[in-house]
Amino acid sequence: MKADPLAAALLAGLTRLVTGVRAHWICCAPTDAPRVYFANHTSHLDTLVIWASLPKTIRARARPVAAADYWSRPGLRHWLATQVLNALLVDRSGGSGSRESLRRLAAALAAGDSLILFPEGTRGEGGSVGALRPGIYFVARECPAVELIPVHLQDLNRILPKGEVLPVPILGSATFGAPIRLEAGEERDAFLNRARAALMSLGERP
Amino acid sequence: MSLLWDREMLILLGAIAGLLAISSLVGVVLSRQVSSEPARLVVDNLNARIRSWWVMTAVFVAALATGGTGSVILFALISFVALRELVTLTPTRRGDHRTLFWAFFVFAPAQYVLVGIQWYGLFAIFIPVYAFLFVPMRSALAGDTEDFLARTAKIQWGLMVAVYCVSHAPALLMLQIPGHEGEQAKLLLYLILVVQLSDVLQYVFGKTLGKHRIAHKVSPNKTWEGTVGGIASATLVGTLLWWITPFTPWASAAIALILCIAGFAGGLVMSAIKRDRGIKDFGTLIEGHGGVLDRIDSLCFAAPVFFHVVRYFYT
Repeated sequence: MKADPLAAALLAGLTRLVTGVRAHWICCAPTDAPRVYFANHTSHLDTLVIWASLPKTIRARARPVAAADYWSRPGLRHWLATQVLNALLVDRSGGSGSRESLRRLAAALAAGDSLILFPEGTRGEGGSVGALRPGIYFVARECPAVELIPVHLQDLNRILPKGEVLPVPILGSATFGAPIRLEAGEERDAFLNRARAALMSLGERP
Repeated sequence: MSLLWDREMLILLGAIAGLLAISSLVGVVLSRQVSSEPARLVVDNLNARIRSWWVMTAVFVAALATGGTGSVILFALISFVALRELVTLTPTRRGDHRTLFWAFFVFAPAQYVLVGIQWYGLFAIFIPVYAFLFVPMRSALAGDTEDFLARTAKIQWGLMVAVYCVSHAPALLMLQIPGHEGEQAKLLLYLILVVQLSDVLQYVFGKTLGKHRIAHKVSPNKTWEGTVGGIASATLVGTLLWWITPFTPWASAAIALILCIAGFAGGLVMSAIKRDRGIKDFGTLIEGHGGVLDRIDSLCFAAPVFFHVVRYFYT
């Protein structure tokens, strides 16, 4: 499905205005190659913020991986997810739905799209990064050539915390770190811990 | 509010444009001369600052040209961004969310509405009384008591310095000085000019002559030579500008000196906050200068003092 470019440009501009987010790229430069951007999750704004802080050409092919139970409800959310963000809606209940989701994520990467995903699976309170769910490990195993970029989102939980409707205009930031890949023979838990550590170390930077 | 665009005002604006043009020329000459890497960085930053000065001057003059409303809106936006920068680097907790919403979207705009409708009585007490009392009440309702007093104080302080203090600059437009009706824009220009020139001249004297630091833990760039040289020369400029104000030359000298000292204090206090938080600048909005708060730190302290000195002695 083709995203609406005007709505996308407006939404990206509005997101940057409200959240003040600027992307800081450390250790790697933005490229058009398909990548997986994975981030800590503390606010409903997170998806929009990563998407909006990517350079325009990359943004056009960056597809947020979003929970179907939240984003497919009819109305504004659904319109945003399908028409503007070109989101990949996945089932987070597990079982055969997960295998189908994984197949779709791998197909999108193979087609040249990038993915934005939140491996904690749900929003945290913002203090620390929670344990990562294994989805990102399966993606890394399925697509070993794809770079996984950790993205640390700062202060988004202060702009729009869990359970609030109105945002406060604090200035957030998004730090894009050095890419990681699944090492040969790396166990699932070791990989998930390494990915989580990569996110947390970005958050400790001054 | 209608403001006069008389000959004095136009002469002054011409002089400012001339000063900026000379600065730009000096910047070009310097950038051709430097060879060493550290000097190159200083000159590049200087040129970025000068470019930003052109933009800031153009925006300020455009706002003044619309009369009172444009100036009030401009300073309201400045306050909003300054509060945003200050709150961002002040740790707040989940329980402060709705209090902050009130601060940004109710108290800050309301303060500038009071300036716009020229309701002096409420303007002077709105934040120190009503916002002051409301902030802890709203945070208490949210139920989080950890660091309660410190959190409350930070929000109150942010509102006072970024909104209340700054709003005294456009509030000058409401002062009715007998014999000088309609000339308040020149007072505002005088305030901005003296305070910002004092900053610039302290920077210039500091870079050229600065040796002995005043408080090196707080601000490594503030030296006795820079501060004294900058304040003395900016006071001299303020004195020479007496003809655009209701002040006599001697009064203008005294007032300019007060402005420079208050401005210095503002810069020092804001530096202390930055060092405590371990950052160099409040933001990145203004190229070469940092954030809005980095540029208006001296104005925050000088504006309310200037407002009340003028109001007490001249109205």
